[in-house]
This record gives sequence, C-alpha cells and structure tokens, in this order.
Amino acid sequence: MALTQTVNIDQHLIPILEQVSDPEIPVLTVLDLGVIREAIEVDGVIKVKLTPTYSGCPAMDVIGDDLKAAFNPLGKSVEVELILSPAWSTDWISEAGLLKMEEYGIARPLSESADKEVLLGNAKKVICPQCKSTNTHLVSQFGSTACKALFKCDDCLEPFDYFKCLK
Amino acid sequence: MKQNNLYNYIISIADNSLILAQRLGELCGHGPTLETDIAGTNISLDLIGQTRNYYQYAAKIQGEGKTEDDLAFLRLEREYKNVLLVEQPNDHFGFVMGRQYLFDVFHLLFMTEMLNSKDETLAAIAKKGIKEVSYHKRFSGDWVKRLGDGTEESNAKMQEAIDDLWVYTDELFDLTEADKAMIADGIGVDTSKLKELYYAEISELLKEANLTVPEGKYFTRGGKKGIHSEHMGYILSDLQYMQRTYPNMEW
Repeated sequence: MALTQTVNIDQHLIPILEQVSDPEIPVLTVLDLGVIREAIEVDGVIKVKLTPTYSGCPAMDVIGDDLKAAFNPLGKSVEVELILSPAWSTDWISEAGLLKMEEYGIARPLSESADKEVLLGNAKKVICPQCKSTNTHLVSQFGSTACKALFKCDDCLEPFDYFKCLK
Repeated sequence: MKQNNLYNYIISIADNSLILAQRLGELCGHGPTLETDIAGTNISLDLIGQTRNYYQYAAKIQGEGKTEDDLAFLRLEREYKNVLLVEQPNDHFGFVMGRQYLFDVFHLLFMTEMLNSKDETLAAIAKKGIKEVSYHKRFSGDWVKRLGDGTEESNAKMQEAIDDLWVYTDELFDLTEADKAMIADGIGVDTSKLKELYYAEISELLKEANLTVPEGKYFTRGGKKGIHSEHMGYILSDLQYMQRTYPNMEW
C-alpha cells in the first residue's frame, strides 16, 4: 500500500476510530477507507486530519461530526481539520476494507488501466460481487455516489455498484 | 485587504464552478434519462466541492470573518466573476453537454497548470480536482461525439449548440488585472497560453463527431468583469432565494 506510512495515528485512539464508519458505505470504518491521515492526542486535545475521497463528498461533514460524537464520552475535545494534499487514492483502502466492501455488494476498484477500459465500456473485467462472474457491463459512468459507477451482471442479472479507481 | 489580487483571483475561478454547478443542479430530476440525470448532479457535486474549497480559502484571505456561504449566497450580481459560458441556459440536452465540454476542456488544461502554482492551497485543490475534471471531460466529450455522430436530428441539435455557445469561448482566455498580478507572482495560470491547445483539442473532437468547427470571429465577453448576461439574475434569484428571504438560516 503506497503512502500508508505517512499516516500518523496514536495506537490508543484506534479502538474509537474503528467505531466511526462511512455514512454512505456503513460497513467501512474511516480507517478502512484511509481518510484519516492523522489522529494524535496533544495536551488532552484530539487532533484529527481528514481527507475527502472526492472534493464534494457530502460524507465528510458527517464524518467530522461522528468523530466528535465518538470521542465525546471520553470528555476530550476534538479538532477535525480537512486536508486536501496529498490527494486521497483508492490505494489507501485497506485489504480488510476491500473484502468488506465486496461482501456488502460493491465491486472493488481495478487497476488504473483496467478501470479506464471498463468505464469506457471496452472490456469486461469488473467482477460481480454477487456471483463472481466477469460477464458484466457498464450501465452508467456515474453511480449512487461520486466514488462509484453503476454496473450490471449479465449472468445473475443483478445491478451493482463499482468503486472507481482513483489515483 | 493586503491580498486583494489573490482574493479576486480565487473568486473568479470559484465562480465558474459555482454557476456551472447551479446550472447542472437545475437538471436534478429533469435529466433525459436516469443515468444522465445522475451524471449531471454528480458533476455538479464535484464542482460544488471545488467551489467550497476555493471559497473557504478566499474567506480566510479576506479576513473579515465571512464564510463560504456568505461568498456563495450574499454577493451582488456584479461581484460574481464567472465567464458568460457557464451561465448559459440548459435549453436542450445538446446545449448542456456542449457547454460542459467547452468548459471541461478548458478546466482540465487550467487545473493541469495550476498544479505548478506557488500557492500550496491552489495547487492542492488542483491535484484533487484534476481527477474529477478528467472524468467530466470524458463524459461530456463522449456525448458530443454520440450526438454529433448520431441521427440527422441529434447532429443538427449538437451543431446548433456548438454554434450558439462558440461566441463565449474566447473569454476563457482573457486576463484581468488580478490574473496578471497572480501570473507575475507565480501563483496564477496564464490562460492566454492555453488558447491554442484548447481550440486544437476541441476542433479535433468536433471533426470526429461529424460537426463543423464554427468559423465566427466575433466573441462576447463580460462575465470576468462582472458584466453578465440576462440569465445571471435568474440564476442568482434561485441560488440566493433562501438566504435573502430567511437571512442566516441554517439547516
């Protein structure tokens, strides 16, 4: 996983961060998603640096509020800062996160070049999260959220979301 | 304000994204198909996200305690500095995709240059936005091709849209005083240098789409100076209605 070494998270904060999930994909915690770039305790104040998946991702405001609520029982104040650089990449989603995502019914991002081919409708490479067939086709380049595209499986006929590769 | 030029510079970039996002937002629930409806609002959302980043930064520089919402909702028409292209009405779907494509090609060239800005915040917004904007361009370019290379009627409508919107393209490359000052400081993008690339790229796609590249040499301008078309007032009356009617309302 490229760049994960730049994450600076205090070990004792991890159990609490694990309670905060993405409101759009509730099976993923903010740690699975890789949007927490820093979480440290300085003089009793918890400082969190959060990076958006997409510029307009409405989940960011909610995640910020959820983080404050999660730390609230500890009686500590939380400062959440939104950072844009370095820009979030789908490479930052953990392997555990990818597996949970697939179980939830969202196909995992492919490599950059394969992603381009499938989003132009030139290749069948996206694996159906229901029946694991690659006999799938692109329905819409834009899906239910900014980070996903809509696909349909031609074997089990189920529609599903594909998490677009972002690098 | 010490950094007047930087503030004005950011506002002019941000306003392009805000007004185009508002136009695309008008399509929510009114797209010709479900997929294009979702695409329009997704693109709108990306643009609003970029706008928020710009306005938050501009408000900080301004240092008057204003917020991103004040900048979006409480300025007067003349204080918006977006180009005329982005305020043009949705009319038919050919116009929506034509306007989008004519802006996206510029937007991607612009953001690619802004990566090199000496201003770290602007460079970071570009780094994030560039991935989104290339996806927008792929979508709008595909539709221009599909409609241009489609039926006789879709070709005629796409051509009509390109012909009508063409007069607004040259303004993208005008340099205001703030632009010039920011270019001199290594912060701003010299858009006049992007002009040739822009028209070359668009001409190539139009030809591929069986469309004629307009030859008109007359161009309309004014938005960058705050002098807008009649459409702008209607856009702002929608956009600002809530804050004007119920000041300081939050939800």
